[in-house]
Amino acid sequence: MTDIAITLTVNGVVRRVETPGRRLLSDCLRHDLGLTGTHVGCEHGVCGCCTVLLDGEPVRSCLMLAATADGHEITTVEGLAAPDGTLSPVQRAFAECHGLQCGFCTPGFLCTVTALLRDNPAPTDEEVLEGVSGNLCRCTGYQNIVKSVHRAAEIIAEES
Amino acid sequence: MTTKLFGEPVRRREDPRLLTGQGRYLDDLGEGAFEAAFVRSPHAHARIRDIDVSAAIDVDGLVAIYTWEDLPPLLAEPLPLLIPHPALTHGRTATPLARDVVRHVGEPVVMVVARDRYLAEDVCALITVDYELLKPVVGVEEAAQSAHLVHADVPGNVGAHLVQEVRSAAGLGAREAIEAAPHTLAFRLDIERSASMPLEGRGVCARWDADDRSLRVYTSTQTSTSVRMAIAAKLGLPLPKVEVIAPDVGGGFGVKIVHPWPEEVLVPWAAILLGHEVKWTEDRREHFVSSAHERAQTQFVRVGFDDAGRVLGLDVTILHDHGAYTPYGIIVPIITSTQLPGPYKLGAYRVEFSSVYTNTVQVTPYRGAGRPQAVFCMERTMDRIAEHLGADRTAVREANFIQPDEFPYDQGLIFQDGRPLIYDSGDYPGSLRMLKELIGWDSFDRTKELAAAEGRRIGIGVGCYVEGTGVGPYEGGHVQVTSDGRVHVSTGLTSQGQGHETAFAQIAASELGVPLERVSVVTGDTRRFGYAVGTFASRAAVMSGNAIALACRKVREKALRIAAEALEADPGDLEIVDGEVRVVGSPGVAVPLATVAVLSNPLRYAFDAEAGRATQFAGTSSFDRPPVAEGEEPGLEGRDYYSPIRSTFASGMHAAIVETDPLTAEIRILRYAVVHDCGNLINPMIVEGQIHGGVAQGVGGALYERMAYDEHGQLLNASFMDFLMPYATEVPFVETAHLQTPSPLNPLGIKGAGEAGVIPVSAVIASAVEDAEGIRISRMPISPSELFDLRRAAP
Amino acid sequence: MKPPPFDYHAPGSVAEALETLAEAGEHGKVLAGGQSLIPMLNMRLAAPGHIVDVNRLAELATVSVESDGVRVGALARHAQVERAEQVAAAQPLLRQALRLVAHPVIRNRGTVVGSLVHADPAAELPAVLILLGGSVRLARPGATRDVPAAGFFTGPLESALRPGELAVSALFPTLPPRSGTAFHEVSRRHGDYAVAGVAALVRLDDDLRVVTAGVACVSAGPVPVLVDVTEACGHRPAASADWASAARAVRDRIEPETDVHASADYRRHLTGTLAERALRDAARAASDE
Repeated sequence: MTDIAITLTVNGVVRRVETPGRRLLSDCLRHDLGLTGTHVGCEHGVCGCCTVLLDGEPVRSCLMLAATADGHEITTVEGLAAPDGTLSPVQRAFAECHGLQCGFCTPGFLCTVTALLRDNPAPTDEEVLEGVSGNLCRCTGYQNIVKSVHRAAEIIAEES
Repeated sequence: MTTKLFGEPVRRREDPRLLTGQGRYLDDLGEGAFEAAFVRSPHAHARIRDIDVSAAIDVDGLVAIYTWEDLPPLLAEPLPLLIPHPALTHGRTATPLARDVVRHVGEPVVMVVARDRYLAEDVCALITVDYELLKPVVGVEEAAQSAHLVHADVPGNVGAHLVQEVRSAAGLGAREAIEAAPHTLAFRLDIERSASMPLEGRGVCARWDADDRSLRVYTSTQTSTSVRMAIAAKLGLPLPKVEVIAPDVGGGFGVKIVHPWPEEVLVPWAAILLGHEVKWTEDRREHFVSSAHERAQTQFVRVGFDDAGRVLGLDVTILHDHGAYTPYGIIVPIITSTQLPGPYKLGAYRVEFSSVYTNTVQVTPYRGAGRPQAVFCMERTMDRIAEHLGADRTAVREANFIQPDEFPYDQGLIFQDGRPLIYDSGDYPGSLRMLKELIGWDSFDRTKELAAAEGRRIGIGVGCYVEGTGVGPYEGGHVQVTSDGRVHVSTGLTSQGQGHETAFAQIAASELGVPLERVSVVTGDTRRFGYAVGTFASRAAVMSGNAIALACRKVREKALRIAAEALEADPGDLEIVDGEVRVVGSPGVAVPLATVAVLSNPLRYAFDAEAGRATQFAGTSSFDRPPVAEGEEPGLEGRDYYSPIRSTFASGMHAAIVETDPLTAEIRILRYAVVHDCGNLINPMIVEGQIHGGVAQGVGGALYERMAYDEHGQLLNASFMDFLMPYATEVPFVETAHLQTPSPLNPLGIKGAGEAGVIPVSAVIASAVEDAEGIRISRMPISPSELFDLRRAAP
Repeated sequence: MKPPPFDYHAPGSVAEALETLAEAGEHGKVLAGGQSLIPMLNMRLAAPGHIVDVNRLAELATVSVESDGVRVGALARHAQVERAEQVAAAQPLLRQALRLVAHPVIRNRGTVVGSLVHADPAAELPAVLILLGGSVRLARPGATRDVPAAGFFTGPLESALRPGELAVSALFPTLPPRSGTAFHEVSRRHGDYAVAGVAALVRLDDDLRVVTAGVACVSAGPVPVLVDVTEACGHRPAASADWASAARAVRDRIEPETDVHASADYRRHLTGTLAERALRDAARAASDE
């Protein structure tokens, strides 16, 4: 079991890491790269807290080895805001609509919703529900999360 | 008050950091720390014969392995029984690591510390524990039969037995009143186990400063002050040398009020021993089998009532499943038994519970804490009475309501805080009127007929509750205005997503007349505030909210006094607006609060330009008295405490319309309506969010979540694949309306809101499914498979 | 919940992957989408000595419509197959089933072939392969073999894949004209494994009479249960076929088990109900062709 040298482009920055083959991408991001915004809630792929964007598509980082991500681009919650710190429309909408409480599941939702709205800028209620259906939240009851997604769609439309 | 923020839906101050990945949860801390993992019992009941670590010691990266025998005397003892009660005659708690007998799957046996968690788990896998299997006790009925014992020295498996009885106005006991009643009914109800299940599990990170001989512990807790005291006591450390901080906490819902967890004392102990930071982050599997569950009860009900449905006597006997240990005492069954009367005047009431041990995970409060069971019992009873009399279900409730002019209303019981259960205020008939209108109760019969004509089955249900909130003994607040004009607020209780940083800042900003942006709030950090109880029982807003308001009022009074001198005005003529103390009616005559803060602290040294105004040659002080006058303290700050005479009682009523599929037996909630009264609202947006989240957990408890133990005491569904917490696709849209009956008990007139949403949901859904199906629902949660079974069994 | 130690291999070609797998033998395990394997590793329910990560083998990330059916490469993700319009046109049952597989985020990563090899009797894709009479292509150095679906699933989480083999693709046959398919399932929560689920295939003649009708049921036995209901529903026009009788035949054939989510009786009842719905929809689809 020797460490493997991998290169990830995380939030636009090229990062080289030496990692054991068994290391989960979630642990690599959190503990090797210090990007602790990606949270780990179940480590069996159900809760969605660890969702990040892999080449733009939402994936569970707890269900992926870091080594598998070698050479790929990853966006975490830390990379959603603009370089000047301006929150993304999705982030702003969640704040506006009280779409979070304890905040633990929030990074997973933000990544999922960012991709959802990129692919479908004006989703219906059903499409929003289907889109976030793989993410658990124990605090909000989801109502304000759904509201946030619609609001984010509005903000994106207003600003484009 | 000029800066009106109290009552406004202001956006949360927490959100910017939580939305950008800048929150700091337990596992985000302690980079470079050694990590702990535990060998946990795979058996529900067994005696440990031998622990063999020989195969594990060669693992590269192993730091230490500890068993019970390694623990120093204080740590080797059973953990504290946090809330003793005279009725808890046989309270039992576990040792941090199992000594000889394990009593549930998941009980910690060996602690491993390694360079990282991967290696620690490798080591755990190589440790062999030899067990002699003992007969497990699973389920309350098996426990009550007591063919086998969970604790050899607890006869009958009964940890506690408690009876409370309130006689009727005519002096009849409940049983006599039932005998004498025109109508009587008797039935059994069951409610199963669920759990708090926050998305962040527990976790502890401990740092020992060997030079300073001090310990800093971060823990994902609902009570950092009490963890601190427990750690100091268990590790024999002077209290001032221990600080405990609750960082951002990813949900609590009750499970994190329990303390000290074994890991909360073992991890700091190991950190001291090893001279190195040690961290333990609970994984999901551990959380299922090693933390706590709640809810399971069996209830035997007898009720007597008159032709109008008025309850003349109610007699409830409860078997409460307490799991393997009772660290949190018998708070849950006490709450069930005392909150059971809800918004009703019961002629006579007798309640008896036996709290029994089983070889399962311990039972401690989960959001609602015994109330969902209580409301299930009372509301099922109301529905049975209505069914028996052929009356409208809401009419029966109305016939029993305490009326608005009857407050304060004494239920004649002793509540969970050891004090009389006296309702402070409420308007139950008004709530029900609002609810019926919101859901369209009176026109539902027609809706149901129309649906039936299309072959659809729909039903409506209702549930009412009263919730004791804001229980004592106290909380405190500290407010400091610094010379830059910022306001620093701290309180000892903790936050797990309730938006305390926002709500408490609103209170402080309103009380002090400063812009919200200038206020910052710290909770759960013993470095900032050492005296506190914790966050539970919907108490944070009531307790710390009022304490902070009172502390602000002290600061305000002092600010006006100092400003009056500077402005040569009467303090009574002053107001604070936008962070400036002004003469009312002469806005030009003003002094900024920042300057007042400078003046409040007579200085020798000018550390900045502003501070120079308070130094000894600045000519601001009078020669007639000392720079700090008698009875005064330097600084513009105040500390105060709020300790209520008794709890406040919030209330609410929910209604739901459900549809059941005639073929697949799937149950879908079509509409869900909530009327909620928690007194004055600090931030309606946050209260609304609390209700939504509570209802979602209630829906989980009603239709999806259960802890499925087999007869061997194995938890069969210890994963998110099989423990079915609802996703967005399972939770209905919640329609809400608010009634505000201020509490007369506290300065802000508020009541708690945290638990409300979850409390009546099982009762409401049971009522609605029963209405849709015409089949009695006596057991929750209910799955399609169980509804299918009930249909087949129906006459 | 961290994976146990293993040797990690990231072959750059299929040939290299086959060599590595052959060397690892029964200690080797292929990692593709990882949506089932990694949870098992994290829970330490699996402890392979060697993980052979095929995620760099772009040549396996293919989906193509061939003369005899849709061939799905080992690295084609659920989402990729689900979105492919030419696949939906050639074999609509794939999209009908894939929409029911877990959640969109899982489908971004999980692979169709991986799901077949995992052989979970509660999963949708094995039922689809069985119903369509497809096959899985297995390779080892210097040899490939095609295993028909009927012989591929050998038990719960057990398939005909031998140690050292790599499942390189699967073939989902296309159907003749006047064929229709449907997939219905009931799960506890949206996206969960089905409590019961039925894939149905109905073929009609030019007079719109039922020629063949069959279903494959999930969560109904140790492997997906294929039931030919042609006889039960009768050689009648689709509109008047005896779907209720077909449902009874299905209920008689399956062997569901009781677990924490549902009783065997309920699953049996539900499977019949879903079979009726799925057959009706499949027949309607066949009529519309």
